[in-house]
Amino acid sequence: MKSITNFFASLGSNVMSAVQKLGRAHMLFFQMVMGMDEILRRPSLLIKQLYYVGVLSVILISLSGFFVGMVLGLQGYYTLSQFGAEATLGVMVAASLVRELGPVVTALLFAGRAGSALTAEVGLMKATEQLSGLEMMAVNPVRRVLTPRLFGGIFSMPLLAAMFSMFGVLGGWFVGVGLLGVDDGTYWSQMQTKIDLHEDIYNGVIKSIVFGVVCTWIALFEGYDSTPTSEGLSRATTRTVVHSAFAILGLDFILTAIMFGE
Amino acid sequence: MYEDDDSPLVKIRNLHFKRGSKVIFAGVDMDIPRRKVTAIMGPSGTGKTTLLKLIGGQLRPDQGTIEFDGENIHALKTRDLYKLRMRMGMLFQSGALLTDINVFENVAYPLREHTDLSDSMLERLVLLKLEAVGLRGARDLMPSELSGGMARRVALARAIALDPMMIMYDEPFTGQDPISMGVLVKLIPSLNEAAHISSILVSHDVRETLEIADMVFVISNGKVVDSGTPDELHDSSKQWTKQFIDGLPDGPVPFHYPAPELEEDLLGK
Ligand SMILES: Nc1ncnc2c1ncn2[C@@H]1O[C@H](COP(=O)(O)OP(=O)(O)OP(=O)(O)O)[C@@H](O)[C@H]1O
Ligand SMILES: [Mg+2]
Repeated sequence: MKSITNFFASLGSNVMSAVQKLGRAHMLFFQMVMGMDEILRRPSLLIKQLYYVGVLSVILISLSGFFVGMVLGLQGYYTLSQFGAEATLGVMVAASLVRELGPVVTALLFAGRAGSALTAEVGLMKATEQLSGLEMMAVNPVRRVLTPRLFGGIFSMPLLAAMFSMFGVLGGWFVGVGLLGVDDGTYWSQMQTKIDLHEDIYNGVIKSIVFGVVCTWIALFEGYDSTPTSEGLSRATTRTVVHSAFAILGLDFILTAIMFGE
Repeated sequence: MYEDDDSPLVKIRNLHFKRGSKVIFAGVDMDIPRRKVTAIMGPSGTGKTTLLKLIGGQLRPDQGTIEFDGENIHALKTRDLYKLRMRMGMLFQSGALLTDINVFENVAYPLREHTDLSDSMLERLVLLKLEAVGLRGARDLMPSELSGGMARRVALARAIALDPMMIMYDEPFTGQDPISMGVLVKLIPSLNEAAHISSILVSHDVRETLEIADMVFVISNGKVVDSGTPDELHDSSKQWTKQFIDGLPDGPVPFHYPAPELEEDLLGK
């Protein structure tokens, strides 16, 4: 009897604290967005973050894109050639990248590279009282520290995803045309005629913007809300990566269903 | 314009504050006068840092009010609270310097933020503040290259950069060699006189603190146990104060954090 009561008590308190955490996360998101005028007044803050969050991820993203494209080229060729449809390899590679793999894999890599770094950075700033220090200097740390990072992430993600897809297409071309002998002209022309600007490209961009918002939001919130100890920080970093991965994959399904549903 | 204003600068009434289930303050009343050095003393872990954070509006009391210059800090809107903080400087116990910019930029930060000074004016001001704490030569170092005592002095230079109305010092003397200590002991009251600043000083260095303070509050167990001028405290008949000032381990102020008897803990029960 007692253990049942305990079970419900602990269930209740877990649910309560999860709901409270969700509330704090939304509150922080609202405050970060409300701080937008700060980056209009000081664009240098945003540019710096675009560099740290975006530019520094470029090599990782391009290389990964190239490899994924190569694999797509290889797998696509084996399957398509069974039906004598190698000519459509370009379309297949480009569509998979632009619609799905570009936004999703970029976001997963982003969470691992930039997201965890953001959590650690903000968490450490909290642990060393730098955020309190800013507050006492009458500088709002949410607007000054978090807002530029949020928008740095949101702007970087679609650009990185585009880069991922571009290098993927090149990777597919390298394997398909360069190694397996698909016709160069067909690879590109098929791609040009079949990939739809609205259906494929816009939808991919929308996805990556959504992932950019969610990944950066999770990373910043976990850092800002972390327990200011080494253990608390390491947990927060892990949570950033895990929660981001779940959010990306779950949202990808929902967005795909909405976009390509009909 | 406030020269003749004798109302207290900070007025604390019936302050209650808890951390989890641990009661930190249980009904504290305090008046911190203008243009004076007010010291807050008490055993480690009584909540001196917490009190400064409550005054700075970083924490919210469970009950009671804190007024700064007539304004109830915890009733202010965020924007107004930030405006009010421009009139306060705080030296954090840990220094709390921004680690991605050097010493010069750290001290310049509040000035760049809240004033439109020209670059040459700004440089002159920052160097003067650094000179006051003896670290003009360290201006190009990064915070990670400073010792703890140096970091705290840079933080002090930063806290006084904006010439605030009130400065809160959290343990400014810790980790200072006797020479820097001597300089700081002179610096704090001289700031008060030259710029009509009010200071709140938290420190464990009894001798130095009593030397420069105009008013002292001793807190323990969530209450103000004694208050008065340093002379009054020296002559205080209260056991608490005597023990604290003379640094005796035995007396009403516990040296130990609340715990079961040592034998019980060691032998197991
Ligand atoms: N973030 C926190 N969460 C929970 N409890 C805390 C936290 N910070 C401080 N405390 C508790 O609050 C009490 C007061 O802490 P505070 O830092 O104000 O002490 P202090 O008087 O400044 O001590 P010291 O002289 O050692 O600096 C301590 O007992 C501590 O255990
Ligand atoms: Mg303290």
